Amino acid sequence: MREGDEPEPELGWVSPEVREEFPELRLLTATVVTAAGPSSPEARQRLRLLSDRFTGARAVGMRREPIPSAYRIFYRHIGLDPDETRPPGEAAAVERLLRGGFRPSNRIDDALLIALAETGVPLWALDADALDGPLGIRTAASGEQLERGPYARPLPAGQLVIADAAAPVALLFGEVAPERMVQAHTARVSLYAVQVSGVPAIHVEEALWTCGSLLVQAQDGR
Amino acid sequence: MPQAQGLPLALPPQPVRIPGPRPATTTAPERLARRELRAQIARLERELARSFVSAFPHGEVDVSVPAAGGPRLLSLGELETTRDALSARLSSARRSLADLGERQERARVMLERMRLEPGRYKFARVSNAELGEGGCGVWEVRPRLGLIGMLAGWWQVKLSSGCPLGRGRGPAPPPRRSAVRLTA
Repeated sequence: MREGDEPEPELGWVSPEVREEFPELRLLTATVVTAAGPSSPEARQRLRLLSDRFTGARAVGMRREPIPSAYRIFYRHIGLDPDETRPPGEAAAVERLLRGGFRPSNRIDDALLIALAETGVPLWALDADALDGPLGIRTAASGEQLERGPYARPLPAGQLVIADAAAPVALLFGEVAPERMVQAHTARVSLYAVQVSGVPAIHVEEALWTCGSLLVQAQDGR
Repeated sequence: MPQAQGLPLALPPQPVRIPGPRPATTTAPERLARRELRAQIARLERELARSFVSAFPHGEVDVSVPAAGGPRLLSLGELETTRDALSARLSSARRSLADLGERQERARVMLERMRLEPGRYKFARVSNAELGEGGCGVWEVRPRLGLIGMLAGWWQVKLSSGCPLGRGRGPAPPPRRSAVRLTA
């Protein structure tokens, strides 16, 4: 893709073992030239408008909507309880109710939240320069770790992870390894989304495009 | 590069190391069984979500189903356990909903009877919540004109004025002049 321009989604890899079980599972990524920074006025305004679209009734009824429902079902399929570990869309709706609105925090998190609230598709951001090769989905091997250094803890073998060519970079729908997160010195951000059965590809592309465009605009000061 | 749904197709240009262990016991019939179980889990989860939303806001339905722990590829046994737990929870949710519907139906019949023959249901009360409706209103059979109505047998069904105002008790009254003088 042409970095710094409109982000174009690319398809990540899925290991044969995972693909065999979930043939419709996809990982989509996009790389954007942008840096961490404060929230933009446009993002704040957009978050304010989005806050008005999320009411208590919507948060309750959300689990019947097609995209949140698809993620809930996938959570069940991979051994997660969606009422305990809420899918990101539902978690954002609950957070909005508890805090009275979508609160802006920084350029990257605002863009991720706007894309999530508008499409229902969760995205994650990584430091693109801290990655080794393209991203994919696989199971963790015995002895693999999510972090390095003194805080490293072993991953249970068979756990589903997002990985680059070298090592796991995040748990599937879970925490990201700290050294792969977007840092103050990050120059390029790698976005990824997990498409599960029941989520149309166009929604995932839209989420990546929305988030990427916001980041590019913020970087350009548009 | 070949395209699928407007996207470049999967594989990355360089070989990627995929160290995940592949279960040796996976056979075609087992895979099919797991796929069937996943379809059943999907159906049950959708039904459970529907029950949860139907019960809102007047009756809480327990939809909690413990998970096997993940994220990981579940075995056939774990998928079966999840399916069974969802099925059991859905059954209890449906029973709760049926009970709730029955209670609301009884309350509606009671209200109808109160309206038709208020004299037979003196001081009977049915709340909007019991009817499955919003608001804090309460239907009550009360005597018309108080004591006179009670003695004369003039009964009527009245709806209370609804929810208390959201303003609360209002601002605190200003301190009395004498008290101010004392503290000063």
